[in-house]
Amino acid sequence: MTSLTFTKKLLFTSIASVLGLVLAVSGATAAKKYDPGASDTEIKIGHTNPYSGPASAYGSIGKAETAYFKMVNEQGGINGRKINFISLDDSYSPPKTVEQVRKLVEQEEVLFMFQPLGTPSNTAIHKYMNEKKVPQLFVATGATKWGDPKNFPWTMGWQPNYQTESKAYAAYILKNHPNAKIGILYQNDDYGKDYLFGFKEGLGDKASKMIVKEVSYEVSDPTVDSQIVTLKASGANLFFNVTTPKFAAQAIRKSVDIGWNPVHFLNSVSANINNVLVPAGLDKSKGIITSAYIKDPNDPQWVKNKDYQDWLAWMKKYNPDANLADGNYVYGYSVAYTMHQVLKACGDELTRENVMKQAASLKNLEVPMLLPGIKVTTGQNDYYPIESIQLARFDGKQFQLFGEIIGK
Amino acid sequence: MEAFFYQVLSGLATGGIYASLALALVMIYNATHLVNFAQGEMAMFSTYIAWTLINAGMPYWAAFFLTVAISFAGGVVIERVVIRPFERQDAVLAVVTVFIGLLLILNSVAGWIYEYTLKVFPSPFPETSYFGGMLNGHQLGLFGVTFVTLILVYLFFRFTPLGLAMRAAAQNPESSRLVGIRVSWMLALGWGLAGAIGAVAGMMIAPIVYLDPSMMTGVLNYGFAAALLGGISNPWGAVLGGFIVGVLENLMGDYVVGTELKLTVALVIIVGVLVLKPSGLFGKTLVTRV
Amino acid sequence: MATMTQTSTRTPAAQTYYGLSSGAWKNIGLAVLIVAACLLPFVVSNYRTFQFTLVLVNAIALLSINLLTGFNGQISLGHGAFYAIGAYTAAILITQFGVPYWVTLPIAGVICLVVGFLFGLPALRLEGLYLALATFALGVAMPQILKYKGIEDWTGGVQGISITKPTAPWGLKLNSDQWLYFVALFVTIIMFVIGWNLLRGRIGRAIVAIRDQPIAAEAMGINTAIYKSLTFGISAMYAGIAGALGGIAIQFVAPDSFAITLSLSFLFGSVIGGIFSLSGAIYGALFLQFIPHISEGISKAAPGAVFGVFLILFMFIMPAGVAGFLRLAGVRMRRRIANRMAQG
Repeated sequence: MTSLTFTKKLLFTSIASVLGLVLAVSGATAAKKYDPGASDTEIKIGHTNPYSGPASAYGSIGKAETAYFKMVNEQGGINGRKINFISLDDSYSPPKTVEQVRKLVEQEEVLFMFQPLGTPSNTAIHKYMNEKKVPQLFVATGATKWGDPKNFPWTMGWQPNYQTESKAYAAYILKNHPNAKIGILYQNDDYGKDYLFGFKEGLGDKASKMIVKEVSYEVSDPTVDSQIVTLKASGANLFFNVTTPKFAAQAIRKSVDIGWNPVHFLNSVSANINNVLVPAGLDKSKGIITSAYIKDPNDPQWVKNKDYQDWLAWMKKYNPDANLADGNYVYGYSVAYTMHQVLKACGDELTRENVMKQAASLKNLEVPMLLPGIKVTTGQNDYYPIESIQLARFDGKQFQLFGEIIGK
Repeated sequence: MEAFFYQVLSGLATGGIYASLALALVMIYNATHLVNFAQGEMAMFSTYIAWTLINAGMPYWAAFFLTVAISFAGGVVIERVVIRPFERQDAVLAVVTVFIGLLLILNSVAGWIYEYTLKVFPSPFPETSYFGGMLNGHQLGLFGVTFVTLILVYLFFRFTPLGLAMRAAAQNPESSRLVGIRVSWMLALGWGLAGAIGAVAGMMIAPIVYLDPSMMTGVLNYGFAAALLGGISNPWGAVLGGFIVGVLENLMGDYVVGTELKLTVALVIIVGVLVLKPSGLFGKTLVTRV
Repeated sequence: MATMTQTSTRTPAAQTYYGLSSGAWKNIGLAVLIVAACLLPFVVSNYRTFQFTLVLVNAIALLSINLLTGFNGQISLGHGAFYAIGAYTAAILITQFGVPYWVTLPIAGVICLVVGFLFGLPALRLEGLYLALATFALGVAMPQILKYKGIEDWTGGVQGISITKPTAPWGLKLNSDQWLYFVALFVTIIMFVIGWNLLRGRIGRAIVAIRDQPIAAEAMGINTAIYKSLTFGISAMYAGIAGALGGIAIQFVAPDSFAITLSLSFLFGSVIGGIFSLSGAIYGALFLQFIPHISEGISKAAPGAVFGVFLILFMFIMPAGVAGFLRLAGVRMRRRIANRMAQG
């Protein structure tokens, strides 16, 4: 196998160098190459997001990205081309995603899909995109399966995957709380289970001994109070909290209210001060350990930071009515910035292959609003753009980053 | 044993949530003989109105009663504008469809105006906690408010001429017209009252589950189950049904099947009970006249 | 399609319009419709063909509601559950047992028939709202059941199952979208014919009698219990076949695809199309497929609200659904033509 991949690589590099030579000889003018969705004047990008239905809260990611590309256009576009960003609603329903993505690819003829949201939705179009050879770039989910260039060369994630994160907690726990009795609360879906899987992997053979109770909840549950009571009764003294914002806030508040004070690990999905910790109560959130790769816009430590100032100015200009507490606006801004850089690098060769190639050639790209020291790197065999996180402890006012940056 | 006791208490606390919405469902059923799918979203929207008023600096109780009044008016307006055209026709399914339309509109508009980030809704009750934190001041307050509402609803339908007229209008519109009841306005009034009770439920539930546009989506499923378990026409039954569902769900999750299937099993039990007692635990058996 | 209405009171054969009886006109209309449906995939793009495949799938699903609720008077808020069972049956058989996709359709139908019948037996004791709750509970619980660990080896748990799209057999020069459309069209026509024959005969009269006069029906010797659970089973079978086809068309099944909103959309789709007729299922399916796109085009900010407004408006204008509205319009037109002919 290795020799085969090596030959492939060799072949690839030789083709690339020949191509490079040809390009260099033929000069800049002849280099324009387009696939559907690209022209001298515009680049069409497709996007799906839930603007209706139960997951509408994520709609603000789409709004942020739309606003970002509007800014790009006002500043003259990318290499003189305007971005035509077509964002459609899929209500977080996989069949609907399939339909909308086919509309974007076959009818609107977009150059590529950017940031479709949700693990089930992306799974539903995974095969289709790869059969059609249309890039499915920087998908908005932290599932681990998106970095598989061998089998799915047209699909790439963006954020650190859930398993990386839960493995980081596991490593920390093994080192600092080797005798902990762990209770876990997780959302009963792909996201919750991915965290759970990574966490158990990280704990290794100690998992079965250390984990004393696992309980789940459904998104349609009104509260998770009962689950917290169960966890307390299990005698756990370390709490791994794998929940989305509303349930995270409920869990934090309830555990303190019933006098259960475990070492509390909160997944980064809900590491948001204004949307989670304020509703839960700042004093009740003190001591919570989480991880981060992106800046929380509500964290006072970033107020004077240039990234934050730029982001704030952008928010005021392009999203004047939006809620500054909504972390999705940071996420959308950063991921759209990454896309922006990839398209710049594509130059005049706006083919699907080149978009994918450039997306897989990011080297230590600094993306605004990522934590200091966390950079975006990809490669032909590395389809995980962000692979590092840093642990943080909430001190009642802000997240205190501590320890080394974990991961690459 | 202590854990069991705590699960029951925590179940009662969530049961109180279901009970308060179930009451609103009973109210509208008694007044119109329909189950309103949009009831939860109406309550959610009312709560946002209260939140806006409180944020504008209004004292809690003033905002509370103003919201109840606005919601009453809102219920009447909804009935007059969107439900009334179907009054004379026997178009139950068309009305159900309109309910779903209302649900979608209210949910979507709330998200549009207020966005989807969590909002903290204040509680008027003290923050003290009881039974080792299993119940707090607000949850006890919720019980109290639900109970008071229950008594009022019961007395209203049982003893006031207006309440009796409303029940008559719902049960037998033709005869009611003959005895001089203005059936159409009775229905509008029923909607108003359901809106008002829903507003109370929403303002009591929001401090517990946090205010967001999907706050009532899950609660409605349980409220629906609670109301039918207790007997949809009986306010006492609905409240009791709420508590039973809350406790049952917790015990199932903790002791019997685990959290992954607790909802399923709780629902199976409820349906099982209904099969044995087809009009709910406390509902009157309807006798069909030939 | 307008011939397939439950109350198609046969106009006297003597009544002719422009030399043909009204029945003949209807048959001509039906033939034109079927020919048009067959030509469609050669005229429109693959994406549109795919959309119309989904319309056909939805039409079968709505037909199940029309049979159950429209003709038999039992309200179901949980048919998404049977749709899900059908979809998973197809997906599991195809991916794990290598069964050809077209064989999975009848199997999904039979499984849902049995499950529906068994569910219908106890549920029969429930009337109106209480039955609605029982079915609602089924619809709410279904995603949770599909995620359950114990059956994860088959269902793929939260990850769901991906299916490969079928291609055209016998060297036909059709791409897989076109082929799947014809499969769906064929199945849809069969399901409509079955439904039509079912309702026309003895069973159909019993089913309707139970809706209109339950007590009289019983007195006349109709075994209401059996007929009701049978109707429930048949209706579940329709939903199951629709689900199997839908799963194959989408190429993916997952618990998130079958939330309670799916069940609700079947109900209001039926009502909008016209729940008391078979043809209504087509109109309802068109509504479910295309109105969300129109809503999204009108407002990006609140597509749900626009869709809700459409629902209410449709009900305002056509409280008996599109089919009911068209029937009324047809009666008026026929009368006008008859008058004109009488004068002329």
